[in-house]
Formats: sequence, structure tokens, C-alpha cells
Amino acid sequence: MDTRSRQSAKPWAVPFRTLGRSVIDLVDNLGAATLFFGQAFLLIFRPKQFPEIVQQIYHIGARSSNIVLLIGLFTGMVLGLQLYYSLVKFGAEGILGSVVALSLIREMGPVLTAIMITARAGSSMAAEIGILRISEQIDALYTMRIDPIRYLVSPRVAASIISFPLLTAFFDLIGILGGYLTGVILLGGNGGTYFSRIQSSVDLADVRGGFVKSLVFAVIVSTICCYQGYFTHLRSDSHGARSVSLSTTSAVVLSCVVVLIADYVVTSFLM
Amino acid sequence: MIEFRNVTKRFGERIVLDQVNLEIYENQITTIMGKSGAGKTVLLKHIIGLLSPDAGTILFRGKPVSQMRKGRWNRYRSKISYLFQNNALFDSMTVFDNVALPLRQATTMSSKEIDEKVMARIEQTDLTEAATQYPSELSGGMQKRVALARALVTDPVIVLFDEPTTGQDPIRKNVILSTIAHYRKKFGFTAVLVSHDIPDVYFISDRIIVLWEGKTAFQGPYEESMKVDHPMAEEFLRSLEGFQDELTGLLSKQMFRARYAVTLNERQAERTVTAVLFSVRFDLLVETLGHVAAAEVLKILGRYVNTNFTALGGFSVRTHTGEILAILPYTDFQEGQQLVKSFGEGLQKEALSNMEASTEAKIGITSCFEISVYAGITEANSSEDIDRIIEKARANRGIIAIYRCDPKGGGL
Repeated sequence: MDTRSRQSAKPWAVPFRTLGRSVIDLVDNLGAATLFFGQAFLLIFRPKQFPEIVQQIYHIGARSSNIVLLIGLFTGMVLGLQLYYSLVKFGAEGILGSVVALSLIREMGPVLTAIMITARAGSSMAAEIGILRISEQIDALYTMRIDPIRYLVSPRVAASIISFPLLTAFFDLIGILGGYLTGVILLGGNGGTYFSRIQSSVDLADVRGGFVKSLVFAVIVSTICCYQGYFTHLRSDSHGARSVSLSTTSAVVLSCVVVLIADYVVTSFLM
Repeated sequence: MIEFRNVTKRFGERIVLDQVNLEIYENQITTIMGKSGAGKTVLLKHIIGLLSPDAGTILFRGKPVSQMRKGRWNRYRSKISYLFQNNALFDSMTVFDNVALPLRQATTMSSKEIDEKVMARIEQTDLTEAATQYPSELSGGMQKRVALARALVTDPVIVLFDEPTTGQDPIRKNVILSTIAHYRKKFGFTAVLVSHDIPDVYFISDRIIVLWEGKTAFQGPYEESMKVDHPMAEEFLRSLEGFQDELTGLLSKQMFRARYAVTLNERQAERTVTAVLFSVRFDLLVETLGHVAAAEVLKILGRYVNTNFTALGGFSVRTHTGEILAILPYTDFQEGQQLVKSFGEGLQKEALSNMEASTEAKIGITSCFEISVYAGITEANSSEDIDRIIEKARANRGIIAIYRCDPKGGGL
């Protein structure tokens, strides 16, 4: 828009223009991020990727396992505690096992695992790639004829797709044990009933639903975090180290928000 | 080898390159100069394809780069290496892994072949002991050598150096530039360099290209650039040259020429002056002592020449990496010969004797070195230009001071 048209714009048009620009930016970024993921996904199957993917599985998966297991244990314990006291009012403490297991497998496991990995590994993905960008190391890769998306992004996307479901499964398992710890061992519920209810109420569709969600979250988190880091230099609000810090913050916040929105969308399709 | 035809590049409304035309020749060192923001780095990035022009054509061996198909474009890029201003080394990788990266990721070589090639480049760039270290554990100069080893490991035909000497002290600047010249001879690549380090950059460059207000203001040998009637020569090149050579403390070429002209005018009746050309075999020093120590030797020689001859009304300039020309306007030829003789004795006793302490040369029973300082004396008159005087002095050259290290301690 040239200076004359900007000057002649009516004040009442400003909010519409701002909204319009935001929507265009959003659609623009969504399109770019989708293409970014598509390119990264296809490049996973190129030669020489295996060692890089294994290394990233170690960083994203293995090194996140402690925190995921810890959070899983306490989530299960809190669920056991809260649900036991609620269910006992209706004389329904026998279904504690199925409520804890279904909550974890269908919802809490995939969502909390994704949020924990975003906080631990997603932030480091965005920061590391952002630093590589501002210190011209991504340009250096290009000059060495190494595709930066193949070398930096694809292994992280692949490692996330492998790690998220595995960590979610661990989260669910340890969460169920946490519920057992409080509901059965601490509060005196029946252990046999706890596990037999889980066996009778949880079916493969629940597990599959949780698995699908964790895959969707893996794609969302790895794409958003890598995208934010990779295009750090294009931020209009800052430059240098500050742009890396803002990209990292954006990556974490955006990932968490999109994970929760995607959770609703995927759940509505699965139900 | 590379030609820019009317290349234009804009960033927003700002035109950085405005119909730039230039040529880069094979097996030469071409230095690109220009004010900050003149588009020097942008120009380098166009050569390797990090940026593409908004208008105009870049040709490689006569073929437009933009019309190359993918395979040909990849082959073109495989011929070029880029040395970034800040080295762009991967901090999380060792020196060995940094150098091996382009071979591991962009070639189909076996790991044995890669190991052999990487070790060869690491040895050639004197980094053997640093191979297992991380870039953050190395000095700035060593990091630069790692970046150079990484750039050379793919056997490039063209190496682009983006301000390789920025932020370095005079010794380091000299070391980096002499390293580039040394490796260019050794590996035979075409070098394109962005640098402002005068005079060192002139000594190693075959051609210079000056960018001025988005256009090519000059391309050709340095000596011709000063004769061009263009604001670039007056405002930029002369101001860049300054008054002094940072490394040796001697006059800049421009100041030397001005002083020489004034002296000849003053001494029209005498018609002649005495000129002495001091030199060391710089390439040999680099081979035996390394780049840093060789630059230290040059610094010591320059400072000693300056101290001794300025008091006698003389003035001096570095005419080549290892050559210093001193003009003694108030000294006749016989007196000059005596002066040079006593200068040589003093240099040997006072300056070269503590060479081991002032250089970083490694002394031991198996490694020892020799430094020879040469001098050639001649008479010069007002009709002779400086290049002719240098030629005459070079023809009369002889050793005036020599230093041989003693493995048991002290020089001989």
C-alpha cells in the first residue's frame, strides 16, 4: 500500500485491516509450515539419515523419558486420589481402575506427554536450529551441498514420530501404576478389581485413539519447533539472540496451544 | 571464469547491486573492496547461490548459472567453497568432525577414504594436535584454519573468503592472508576475497574489484586503481590505506610515494639518493617457522629498519610481503654501504638474537631454524620510478644478518 492510500484510510478501517493482515499471515504461515513438514517428511527416507535419526531419538525420546515417567506417575497418583474420593461417595470405587486408565490412555497420556516433550525437547529444537541460523551455520550447510532441512529437520521429525507414541505408552503405564499406588495401596481399594476393570473397559480403539493422537502431536510439535527455529532470521520483531529467544518461546506456546486444539479435533473425529 | 553481467539485487526498496559487471579469472586471487553495506558479501553469496539476482546474469565459464539444470547446478556448487566471516563451525562437533562433515554428508566416499582425506587436510593446515578438540577450545586463528581446512577438503576450484581478517590484530591479519596465499599456491584454487587489510591484501591479490554505490567502480591490478579518476580512489582507497603499515609501523605506500616526491624535489641539485631493499624469504620462513612466527620476523625487521633509518632522515615502505624499501636521502652510496653493514650486525645481535622468545617457533634437538636477512643497495635518481629502483636493489642483494638457532640454547 503506498503512502497516499495509507493516509487516506479511514480510522474505522484500521481494525479490519489489522485483522485481515493477521489472517493472511496465519494462512501464509500455515501453508509454509505444511510445505516445510512435507519436505522434511519426504527427506526422512534419503540415505545417511539413520545415524542422525538415532541420535535425535536419544535427544528427544530417551532423554525425555525421566521427566515423562515422573509426570506420568504423579498424574496417575493425583487421578487415583481425586477419583477415589469422588467415586466412594457413590459407592463406585470399584471402577477406579477403568476411569484412571481411560483418562490416561485417551486424553491425559498423549496430551501431557506432548506438552512435556515440547517443554524439554521442542524448546531445544527451536533454540538449536535458531542459533544455527543466526550464526550462518545453516548457510554453511548449504554451501557444503548439505540440504539443511534433510540434515537438521527431517531427523527431528522422524525421531518425534517414533518417540512420542513410545513415551505416551510409558506415561500411560506408569500413570496406571500411580493410580494403583494411591487408590489401592494408600487408600485401601481392591487391587484385583482395579486391574480387572482396566482389562474389561479398555479396548483396542482406546489405545489406537491415544496412539493416533500422539502421532498427530509429534508432527505438530516437531514441525512448529523446527519451523520457528529455521525461520528465526525472518522475524520482523527482533534480531540476533533476541530473535532466538522469541522463537523458542513462540515454539513452546504455539505447540501447546495447537496440541490442545488438535486434541479436540482428533477426539471429535474418533468419538 | 565467473562473470557478472548487469547483476541487480534489491532488498526491499534498497538497491544493493545496481547493474554490476565484473570478471573473476581462474587461478587468481581477486579481492573485493568497498564501503560497509556496499554489497560485497551479497556479491559473494550470489556466486555460491545463497542469493539469486533480481536482474542480470551470472556466468560460470561462459554458461549462465540460472539456466543450469539440477545436476549441472550441483556440479557447479561442488566446485565452490565458502569461508564465512565468523567461520560458521559447528560448536558441538570436534575439529575432525567439522572438517569431515561435507564429505560424510555430500559424497559417497567410504569412511576410510574420508578419514584419510580429512587427516591429510588437518595435517596440511597444522591442526593435527587440535583434531579432537572443539572449536570453542581453539584460538581465533586456529578456528580460521579449521574453517579453511573444511573449505578445502572437497578440493574446490573456487574458494570465497568473506572478510577473513575482521577483528584480528596486525600479526593475525598478516598470518591469515599469507595462509590464503600459501594454500592457494599449494592447492591451486581460485580465490575471491573480501578484505580491507592494506597493504597485506595488495601483496597477495592479483586483481582488486571496488564496489562503489552499488556499481563496479574499478577492476584490475591495485597499482592501476590509484590512477583512476573516480571518487572511489580519492575517498575510499586512499583513506583505507592510511599513513602507516599496521604490522611494521613503516609508511603506507601512498605516504611513501608522497614523501619520495617531496624529497626528490628538495634535493634536485644532488639528483641522487641511496635506496636499500631489505628482504627475507617469507615463504621459506612460513615453511620452517609457521605463519605466526614468520609474521613476527617481518614485524621485528620492519620496526628495526624504522628505528635505525628514521633518525637519519630516511623513510621506508613494505613493497612486498617480505620486502622493505628504505630511502636514505642524506646518505651517499659509500656511507650507505657502511650503514647497511653496521645495521646488519646490530640486527643480528640485538633483534634476531632473541628471536626464539619473540616468535612461536618450536626449538628442539630435531627442529631448528635459520633466518637470513638480505639487503641490496643502489643509487636512485629522479627519473627512475620505484619499481625500477627495487629491481636495481634486488640485483645487488646479499646476506647482511643471519640467525641460526642453537638447540642447546641461544642463537649463533
